[in-house]
Amino acid sequence: MATLPLLAATLLLLSTPPAAPGTGTSGDPGPVDASRLHTVGAAGTFTTITEALAAAAAGDTVLVAAGVYAEPTLIVSVPLTLIGEEGAVLDGEGERGILEIRSDSVTVQGFLFRDTGISFTDDRSAVKIDRVRFCRVEGNRFEDTFFGIYLANAGDCLIADNDLSASGDRETRSGNGIHLWYSVRVRIEGNRVRGHRDGIYFEFVEDSRVSGNDSRGNLRYGLHFMFSDGCEYRDNTFARNGAGVAVMYTRNVVMVGNDFDDNRGGAAFGLLLKDITDSSIRENRFRRNSVALYAEGANRLEVESNEFVENGWAVKMMANSEGSRFQGNNFLGNSFDVSTNSRRAYSTFSGNFWDRYRGYDRDADGVGDVPYRPVRLFSLVVSQNEPVLVLQRSPLVFLVDLVEQVFPLLTPANLTDPEPRLLPLPNPWRIPS
Amino acid sequence: MGTVWKVFHYQFRDLIRGRALAGYTLFFGAATWGLLHLGGGPVRALPSLATLVILVVPLVSILVTTTFAYGSEEFTELLLSHPVGRGRLFAGLYLALTVPLAGAFLLGLGIPFLAGGGAAGGLGGMVALGVAGALLTAVFASLGFLIAVSVHDMARGAGLALLVWLALAVLYDGVVLVVAHQAAAYPLERIMLALMLLNPVDVGRVLSLMALDVSAMLGYTGAVFRDFFGGATGVVIALASLVAWAVVPAWLALHRFRHKDF
Repeated sequence: MATLPLLAATLLLLSTPPAAPGTGTSGDPGPVDASRLHTVGAAGTFTTITEALAAAAAGDTVLVAAGVYAEPTLIVSVPLTLIGEEGAVLDGEGERGILEIRSDSVTVQGFLFRDTGISFTDDRSAVKIDRVRFCRVEGNRFEDTFFGIYLANAGDCLIADNDLSASGDRETRSGNGIHLWYSVRVRIEGNRVRGHRDGIYFEFVEDSRVSGNDSRGNLRYGLHFMFSDGCEYRDNTFARNGAGVAVMYTRNVVMVGNDFDDNRGGAAFGLLLKDITDSSIRENRFRRNSVALYAEGANRLEVESNEFVENGWAVKMMANSEGSRFQGNNFLGNSFDVSTNSRRAYSTFSGNFWDRYRGYDRDADGVGDVPYRPVRLFSLVVSQNEPVLVLQRSPLVFLVDLVEQVFPLLTPANLTDPEPRLLPLPNPWRIPS
Repeated sequence: MGTVWKVFHYQFRDLIRGRALAGYTLFFGAATWGLLHLGGGPVRALPSLATLVILVVPLVSILVTTTFAYGSEEFTELLLSHPVGRGRLFAGLYLALTVPLAGAFLLGLGIPFLAGGGAAGGLGGMVALGVAGALLTAVFASLGFLIAVSVHDMARGAGLALLVWLALAVLYDGVVLVVAHQAAAYPLERIMLALMLLNPVDVGRVLSLMALDVSAMLGYTGAVFRDFFGGATGVVIALASLVAWAVVPAWLALHRFRHKDF
C-alpha cells in the first residue's frame, strides 16, 4: 500500500506539462507566467482566438477579453486552458460549429457560445469533443446552438455549470443539449438545459455520473439514455419536457433523488423504462406527470422510497416486466396508482403508502391488516377504452371499483400490497421548508 | 323589483329559521374540516370532497326545493290573490331557495378551508368545487321547481325528484359506460365529451376533474381531450352547460307557473 502515494505523485508529475525554462523556481504557483499567457482582444497580444491558439503551446492559457468573436471553427489541438472573460462571445453566425477540442486535458470556461445554425450532416455543435480525455467545459453559456456540447469517444471529462438554452420549435430542427456518444467516466454536473431536442443524451456511455442538473422544456426527453451501463443519475430535475425521461436497453442504472415534474401529454412519461435490468430507482419525486413511471421489459428493479404525487398514472407496468420490487413508496393523489395489461403480477409491492387505502390496523403497528389492491377495475376499462376516462370519479365507477375490490374477477388477483402503510413514509430527501 | 325582494326576504327568513340549512352548512363544514385536517392535507382531501359535492349537493338541492315549493303553496296562493306579478313572485321564490342553499354550501366548504390557512396547494381545486357546487345547486333547484309546478301531488313530486337525482347522478353514467363498451371500436372521444356535457352532474364532475385529474386527462392520446382539458375552452363550455341546465328548467317552470290554475 505504501507504493500508492508514490504512484499518485508520479502520475501527477507526468500529467503536469513540462515547465518552461525559467519558471517554477520558487515553487510559487503564483499568477500564470506571462510567456504562457496569451491574451486576446483589443488590448491583448492577439486580435483573434485562432492566432492565439496557433501560438499557444501545451499547458498555456488563452485569455479572451470581452467582445464578439466570429471566427472560423476554432480547433484546440494542444492541452491548454481557454478562458473567456465576462462578455466574451463566440458567434457561429448561424453557419458553423464554434469550437472543436482535439487534445487531451483542455479546459474551456466562461464563454457565451451562440448561433451555430442547423446542420444534421456534421452534427453541428457549439463545442465538439472527439477522441480526447480529461477535458473540462465549465461555466459557459450556450444560446441557440444546435448541439450544445457534443462528446464522442471521450473519457474522464467534466461538463459542469453550463447554461444551455435553445429555442427549438420542432424536434426535427433541433439538436441535443449535452450529447454523449461512446464515452466513459464523464461527469455532468449542475448544468441547465432548455429548449433542445433531448436535454442530456447518452448512448454507449459507461460509468458516468449526471448530477444536480436541471433539464426542462426540451422538445423530446429531458434525459435520454440508451446502452449506457453503470451510470448514475442523482439530484437532477426533469420538468416540462415533451416526453419526460427515457431510459432504454441498459443495466445497472442508479437513479436517486431526482425530480420528475409536469411531464404531461399523450406520450409523456416522468420516467420511461424500456429493457432495463438490475437497476435502482430510489428517493425520486414524481409530480403531476401523465404517467410517472412506465416500465416495459424492465426486470429486477428496486423501486424504493419514491414519492408519486398527483400523477395521472403513478405506475404503468407492462406484463413483460418481471421481478421488480416496489417498497416504501408514497402514492398520493394520483388518478390511478398502478395499471398493467395482464391478469397476473410479476412484480411485488410491499410496505408502500397508498392514499386510497381504506383498511384498518387493529394491532396499531402502522401496517394495515388488509392487503391493498392498487389496480382498479376502472383503470383496466380505461386501458381498453380510453375515452371512458371522463367517467373518472363518477359514483358509478366508485361502486364498480368497490365490487371489484371485494370480489376481484378481472384485476390481477395477486397484485397486492400485503403490508400497506397507514401513514405516508418520511421522505429522506425532502428539504424542510 | 320590489315584489321580488319582498318575497325573497320573507322566504329567505323562513328558510334560515329552519334548522335544515344550518345542518347543511354544518355537514359540509365538518366534512371539509375533517378531510383537510384528519385526512392528510388537500391532496388527499379534495378527491373525497369532490365525490361528496357531486353526490350530496344535487340531492339536497332538489329535495329541499321540491318540498319547500310544495310547502309554500298556500303562501303562494295567498300572494296571488293580491295584485302580484307571477313572474316576480316566481323569481322571489326561486332566488329565496337557491341563494341560501348555495350560500350554506359555500360557507360549509369555505370556512374550514380558509380558517385552516387555506393550504395553498388546494386553492384551485377548492375554487373549482365551490363553483361546481354552487351551479349544481341552481340546476337542481330549477329541476325541483319544475317538478313541483308540474306534479300536483307532493309525495309523487318528491319521489320523482329522487328518481331524477338517481338517474342523473348514477344511472346515466352506467348507461354511458355500457354504450362506450359496446361502441369501443369507434372513435368515441367527442361523443363521450358530449354525453358528459348533457348531464349536469357529469359537468360538475368534469369541472372537478380539471382540478384533480388533469395529468391523466392530458395523458390521453386524442387531441380532443387535450384541447378540452388543456386550456380555458373546457372550463368555459362546462360552465355554459351548467348555466343552461339552470336556466332552461327554471324557464319551463316559470312558464308553467304563469299558466297554472291554483
